[in-house]
Amino acid sequence: MFENLSQRLQDVFGKLTGKGRLSEADIDAAMREVRVALLEADVNFLVVKDFVARVRERALGTDVLRSMTPGQTVIKIVLDELTSLMGAGESKLAFSGRFPNVIMLVGLQGSGKTTAAAKLANLLRKQGRRPLMVACDVYRPAAIDQLESLGRELGIPVYRGVEGADPVDIAKAGVKAAVADMRDTVIVDTAGRLHVDETMMGEAALIRDAVRPDQVLMVIDAMTGQDAVTAATAFAERVDFDGVIVTKLDGDSRGGAALSVRAVTGKPIKFIGVGEKLDALEPFHPDRMAQRILGMGDMVSLIERAQSTVAAEDAAELEKKLRSSELTLDDFLQQLQQVRKMGSLKDVLGMIPGMGAAQRAQVANADVDEKALDRTQAIIQSMSAQERRKPALINGHRRVRIARGSGTSVQEVNRLLEQFAQMKKMMKQMGKMKGKGRGMPQMPF
Amino acid sequence: MSPSWLDRLSGGLARTREQLGDRIAELVGRGPEVGEGFWDGLEETLIAADMGAGPASAITAALKSRSRREDLPDAAAVEVALVDLIAAQMPVHPDPLAESPLTVLFVGINGTGKTTSVGKIAAEAAGAGRNVVIGSADTYRAAAIEQLRVWADRASVPIVERERGADPASVVFDTLAVARENGSDLVLVDTAGRLHNSADLMQELAKVQRVARAQSVFPVKSLLVIDATTGQNGIAQARAFHDALELDGIILTKLDGTARGGIAVAIATQLGLPIVRIGVGESLEDLRPFDATEFARALILGR
Ligand SMILES: Nc1nc2c(ncn2[C@@H]2O[C@H](COP(=O)(O)OP(=O)(O)OP(=O)(O)O)[C@@H](O)[C@H]2O)c(=O)[nH]1
Ligand SMILES: [Mg+2]
Repeated sequence: MFENLSQRLQDVFGKLTGKGRLSEADIDAAMREVRVALLEADVNFLVVKDFVARVRERALGTDVLRSMTPGQTVIKIVLDELTSLMGAGESKLAFSGRFPNVIMLVGLQGSGKTTAAAKLANLLRKQGRRPLMVACDVYRPAAIDQLESLGRELGIPVYRGVEGADPVDIAKAGVKAAVADMRDTVIVDTAGRLHVDETMMGEAALIRDAVRPDQVLMVIDAMTGQDAVTAATAFAERVDFDGVIVTKLDGDSRGGAALSVRAVTGKPIKFIGVGEKLDALEPFHPDRMAQRILGMGDMVSLIERAQSTVAAEDAAELEKKLRSSELTLDDFLQQLQQVRKMGSLKDVLGMIPGMGAAQRAQVANADVDEKALDRTQAIIQSMSAQERRKPALINGHRRVRIARGSGTSVQEVNRLLEQFAQMKKMMKQMGKMKGKGRGMPQMPF
Repeated sequence: MSPSWLDRLSGGLARTREQLGDRIAELVGRGPEVGEGFWDGLEETLIAADMGAGPASAITAALKSRSRREDLPDAAAVEVALVDLIAAQMPVHPDPLAESPLTVLFVGINGTGKTTSVGKIAAEAAGAGRNVVIGSADTYRAAAIEQLRVWADRASVPIVERERGADPASVVFDTLAVARENGSDLVLVDTAGRLHNSADLMQELAKVQRVARAQSVFPVKSLLVIDATTGQNGIAQARAFHDALELDGIILTKLDGTARGGIAVAIATQLGLPIVRIGVGESLEDLRPFDATEFARALILGR
């Protein structure tokens, strides 16, 4: 369903191999893929329009047209632009010298404000602050009980007004209670409200005016679609928030809404919610979000490393061979050496896009034995040029010779040849599936 | 970020709010020669409604070829054709909630409106003279039980609950026992919000369903509660819940905002599931039956 952008671009540019140079029309075809990828990630269509125009301009102005790996070059541009659109660096909460500092949370119904309030209180306490939470959602049944219960769980006090009190008064009284209790940070949880609800938006503005928060944060559900910007724009106009908390990022949504809100309102994303537990609130990293939107692993570092170590032509040639069945042990040796230049195998495997969480964990646990790589290299280097091209030639006698020459055993030589044959078979299948294949083939080292 | 970029964008947003009707009038005004601009605008309107890039372009293409063949005479004809096209995609089913006796599980990701919908449907059914009992199988979220208790109160129906942290399946067990004693014909079960990519929690839900099936002679139906603001991830959500439970329908909530709920069209069409009710507010009575034509019209024209 959601193919990632690199696969899509591979398909686009894959059709072009042998044609030599790319044309402007080829770039346009790539831009159509970029557009669809962003729309499927729920980036607002107006943001997409503008974004694609800018990327196209940059792509035409750079070496994409001459590049041997145009797909990767385009992705690099897309990622750079997405990341810069998302804001530079990670953004921290700015505290003032005022006592107490007040943080107010606003947002649509069901976006996760109450949970976010508790998570934020928990995080700030870990940073040495003394938070108090104020429960101003008098509308949703048991919303106040919910915050109180979370506060109890954390051992952080919650101020709740008297029965029937108005949210504005509760907020004011809550700040007073914080002063009395020597609490330096107040987190005000408010009711979920629709941006088109005049009365409720007016109330949010009144609460803001009453407690003059140092920070107003809008809580946005990562699953939100195209309408995220409409809501955020209205909240920006009526309550003027300072930053965003994106929730439910432990789901598998691409989270394009976050990008859209940042792009349209200019407000930075401060935190992301990544679980139901009260410690599942993390600082925001623009680069990771950009990769998520495109459905990729840590592509940038991988591409950057590949660019600095592998000559583009070699890489393209090798990829072609990998996809066909012409792969020889020579190519394999070359690949092995290049991969090792890029860093430890574990690192490299971890950065490959399209790997699921489970595979990632596997790689993390797999203790790739770098010594075994040395031995693999030695075995291949002990073969004759003819043997490397045609491993079928390697009979029992030759195996003994190779084992001796490389200081390994016949069993090890056998294993390598067997795994190489298997890998070739898998590569051939992957070539047929054309980018659909997800699993990593078992490398013979 | 440059101000010009922001200006352009907010200008664009204002244009989106412009009704499609204007575009259709524009089309007709230009005579039989329909410019690409109109069709692009139409496609964008559908994308902005969260229909998804693929379906939006398919519908636009279909209408485009139809407009050539049938020479749609006026704005009203184009509008009707588009509404028909979308409405015709929606599967038609008899109302699954009309069945009696019946047990219904309300499922979905966090915060979509499950608990509120249980309350609204309890009130609707009790108002129609059915004997309803509510079970609170969200034993995970803080104050979820208290919240449902308020809704049971508002709808004047009994609620069955256990302490927070109890096995949700055991609550269903208890609820069905109470239903038998009370001679109830409708059992509504609220469940905890959960992300569809959490395998453990989806298994837990499947167990709740198994227990419900084993403990009662009532048929057990599962309704997915989806928030109208949901984007393209809604399809993954629906698929995962459908895989775990074999859903019987969708409740689409929060249509009182500006989100059009186009993702529900994609879900309904792809999974063949009916939209059973729509939520249009936070009060007991803010629940409506689903009408495909009305919905399609609101989707493209706004309300
Ligand atoms: N405007 C509007 N708000 C709604 C609608 N349905 C539910 N809500 C609100 O959405 C919020 C979440 O609703 P709940 O019923 O608690 O959602 P839930 O799915 O039970 O949430 P969890 O149990 O926490 O996963 C509440 O503030 C509801 O008042 C609707 O149709 N329109
Ligand atoms: Mg609930």
